[in-house]
Amino acid sequence: MLAFLLQQGTPFLEPKVDFHALAPEIVLVGAIVVVLLADLFTPESSRGIVPSIAGIGLLAATVPVLTLALDGVDRAMFGGAYAVDNFSLVLKAMFLLAGYVVVLLSTNYIAEGDYAEGEYYFLLLSSILGMTVMASSRDLVSIFVALELLSIPAYMLAGWRKRDLRGNEAGVKYYLMGVFASAVMLYGMSLLFGLTGSTLLADIGAAVAGPDTTPFITLGIVLVVIGFGFKVSAVPFHTWAPDTYEGAPTPITAFLAVSSKAAGFVALLQLILIAFPARHDVVEPLMWLLAALTMTVGNLIALRQTNIVRLLAYSGVAQAGFMLAPLAVVGTNPAGAGRAVITYLLIYTAMNLGAFAVVLAVARKTRSAEISSWGGLFEYAPGLTVLMTVFLFSLAGIPPLGGWLAKFVVFRALLQPDLTAGGVTLAVVVGVNSVIALYYYANIAKEMWMKPVPDGDRTPVRVPFSLSAALAISVVVTVAFGVSNLATRFGDLALFVST
Amino acid sequence: MDNNHFLTGWGLSLMVFLPLAGALVMMLIPKVEEHLLKLVALGASLGSAAVGIAVLADFDYDGAGELQFVVNKAWIEVISSRFIVGIDGLSVPLVALTLLITPLVIIYSWNHFPEPHNPKAFLILVLVLHTGMLGTFVAQDLILFFVFFEIVLLPMYFMIGVWGGEERQYAAIKFFLYTLFGSALMIVSFLAVFFVTGGESFSMVDLAQGVADRNAAGDLALSTQVLIFGGMFMGFGIKVPMFPFHTWLPDAHTQAPTQGSVILAAVLLKLGTYGFIRVALFILPEAAVEWAPWIGLLAVIGIIYGALGCLAQTDMKRLIAFSSVAHMGFVMLGIATLTDFGLNAAVFGMVAHGLITGMLFFVAGSVKERFHTLEIKRLGGLLLQAPKMGWILGFCIMASLGLPGLAGFWGEFPAILSAYNPGAGLPEETFRTYMVIAAVGTVLAAGYLLWLFQRTAFGTPSEEFADEHIDDVHVTEWIAWVPMLALILVLGIYPNLIFQVTDPVMTAMGDTFQALGT
Repeated sequence: MLAFLLQQGTPFLEPKVDFHALAPEIVLVGAIVVVLLADLFTPESSRGIVPSIAGIGLLAATVPVLTLALDGVDRAMFGGAYAVDNFSLVLKAMFLLAGYVVVLLSTNYIAEGDYAEGEYYFLLLSSILGMTVMASSRDLVSIFVALELLSIPAYMLAGWRKRDLRGNEAGVKYYLMGVFASAVMLYGMSLLFGLTGSTLLADIGAAVAGPDTTPFITLGIVLVVIGFGFKVSAVPFHTWAPDTYEGAPTPITAFLAVSSKAAGFVALLQLILIAFPARHDVVEPLMWLLAALTMTVGNLIALRQTNIVRLLAYSGVAQAGFMLAPLAVVGTNPAGAGRAVITYLLIYTAMNLGAFAVVLAVARKTRSAEISSWGGLFEYAPGLTVLMTVFLFSLAGIPPLGGWLAKFVVFRALLQPDLTAGGVTLAVVVGVNSVIALYYYANIAKEMWMKPVPDGDRTPVRVPFSLSAALAISVVVTVAFGVSNLATRFGDLALFVST
Repeated sequence: MDNNHFLTGWGLSLMVFLPLAGALVMMLIPKVEEHLLKLVALGASLGSAAVGIAVLADFDYDGAGELQFVVNKAWIEVISSRFIVGIDGLSVPLVALTLLITPLVIIYSWNHFPEPHNPKAFLILVLVLHTGMLGTFVAQDLILFFVFFEIVLLPMYFMIGVWGGEERQYAAIKFFLYTLFGSALMIVSFLAVFFVTGGESFSMVDLAQGVADRNAAGDLALSTQVLIFGGMFMGFGIKVPMFPFHTWLPDAHTQAPTQGSVILAAVLLKLGTYGFIRVALFILPEAAVEWAPWIGLLAVIGIIYGALGCLAQTDMKRLIAFSSVAHMGFVMLGIATLTDFGLNAAVFGMVAHGLITGMLFFVAGSVKERFHTLEIKRLGGLLLQAPKMGWILGFCIMASLGLPGLAGFWGEFPAILSAYNPGAGLPEETFRTYMVIAAVGTVLAAGYLLWLFQRTAFGTPSEEFADEHIDDVHVTEWIAWVPMLALILVLGIYPNLIFQVTDPVMTAMGDTFQALGT
């Protein structure tokens, strides 16, 4: 009977699996398994080994990324649903290294608190795995799978401080908003699939370019973009971010603000550049509006924050607006827009992780995230103060620190050779917002450099080794990106549209 | 020959980055080793000066109209920006001024560190500033220029905010926000120029050529150029500062520590006027012709407004700060005439103002240190209590009001004179009116400066300080001041020292404008 059925159906085609192309993910899965086993079989006293394994696993996963990059061949699998090219490799490397820094940030925080340690790293690595898959996904289904793979562990991690009410709020809020966004996005995806008959981005791109476009395609595009708008915390879909950021463990806040947001941008880029290039009449105004709203609202609310984590949350919202801005001219300048977003992402990752690392280090002494507790930091922790100053003014976009180059490529994309009214007006909005943002970044600097120590306690801050390593990596990358052509080179390499 | 080869390839870069290297070394030295830290800072600034002097000695002054010591290396190719440095007759006087001022500021600091002390951080900031200022004067690529132009912001922000006076935090953020606002518009203009010339190079020479080519072909609208010039005007005009963007200056100068005020007055303001000539006028000459009458108008308003502002001040340092607004007005008037005569006067005015106002701030700082106040009505009789300092103050005041024979004269007088005969295509009557107003400005300048001198130096010491012992000029002050005082005198007697260096560049520029106007 079974043999008969098999004969009747289409013969089963074994998908061609390129193990080299999948090697980074395979190594990562291996690391996840080892982390779980190590947590099970090591005694409580030597749990310190778990973060080390997680870190080594992440670094090991970058090795195949490098060999693939040196190989230089674009690979596609599963009918084009999964691609390994320069774009995905650069972003995989970014996710893996950013993940490594997050592990460094977490090491002491998690070990010293009352937290489950093994599961923490297991979930963190799973989420990073989802991000590396996202960088390769060129199909609605694989994008959705990658999104859920990276989101579901993140929901749990956001609520990791389970005995703390704010921690619970963080987890629940993030989960509910995230699921809602997924539902909206899925509805959009199903519309697109129904109207174009394919889930492959390239096929959708060809189909929506056709003459018979219905308004439902527009609806599908808008809904999918809005779904990712939640992920990248674009206004007005940003409301979860500050509460979640404040309640989550600080390393996870850094992870959400950097890696998770970057993953959302990666998905958006692939969708906009591959699936909707013909529909820039829909994408451009939508992006213009989202970008202008996101940076302005994010900045204005950030001005009033007194808690540094919430401030960084809102500043992250504003930064997302800067990153969305080039997509508003994606129709006339797709290459420039793509390059600008990727370059910005790379630089933003380095400088924002660095800022969170300093927040973690300072909180070890002050036990507070209020900006007023940072008074006179320069007197007892000059090194941390200088580092934080570097990160803050990099975020503000002051040369020669990395952030200026990020802003510069955004300006450059917006003011492309054939000036468009939308591009020029948005460039002015970006310019004005940069000045507003400087005010609150400089405000933190003022607190650290120019105010007295609030409680007179000048004992130096002891920075554990792993945090120092994270700080060193972030600051070197932030400065190197600012004074060299590294970031723009990567941004260029990562470009997979050649128009 | 080998030596020359080395200088040609590395001289400028070494001069620019040596202070930065010194700052990095200082970061590794513990805070308690104060003496060592001061020595390293001084060594780095003197090393940079030594390299700079070697370069300037090797500079071909007969060919000062051409860029020399040009280095053109790949930098950020993806955005078409290259590491291009070079100097010509316009850069040389300003590079020399910067190389002189920073070591003197470090020497002056030797035992004059403002509260909260911390020589390590303070001197690191001075060295970073030094790199930024030198880099701005040698950069020949717009993006490189922009980076150096912005590098000076952070150290100055911290210098004012940490070591400044009572209102330091307000002054620091005001300075920062104002300048950044200008910079944001400026970078947009830079990009616009880049794209209208074909988007291939940020080299200033290439951009100027590109704009000229498109003008020759007649396919670049004048209104576009005027708008782009407007963006640059905001960036440089705020830095100069020109009326009505000057309001950051009195606060920043007054609140900054003495060393900060000196660097601000002597070099930082020149970044703006230098940028006008090097970038805005050079790349967009046609737009400059359209803007010139308005620049001239703002310049003379600045002259009168600055002078009236001075007359209303009760604080010595704030008075000197307002006098900067007036003096920079003369520089901008010279630039606005778009003639070689006016431009030469402008560059001379920059150097002279740097030396004279720098000295005035030094003296004001020392007065403040001794009397713990700069309120003019509480001071008096300086000539009795500290005669040497009193006479130095008198000398600088005479130089500042433009007494012939001292440096200040050669910045102001030719600038006024040049307005009589502005460049071709500029409205003659308007500029002659400006000339008269500017001349009235010099009378007001004499008024407020002599009034200042009379109230602080003449008469008898006020009762509260009558019995106090006031130290006269210290050794470190002598070392820091003598070179500046000597230069004020030398330049006053032999102004050709600067004019002959700048003239080839300015003649070429003046010819361009002459050709445009006829």
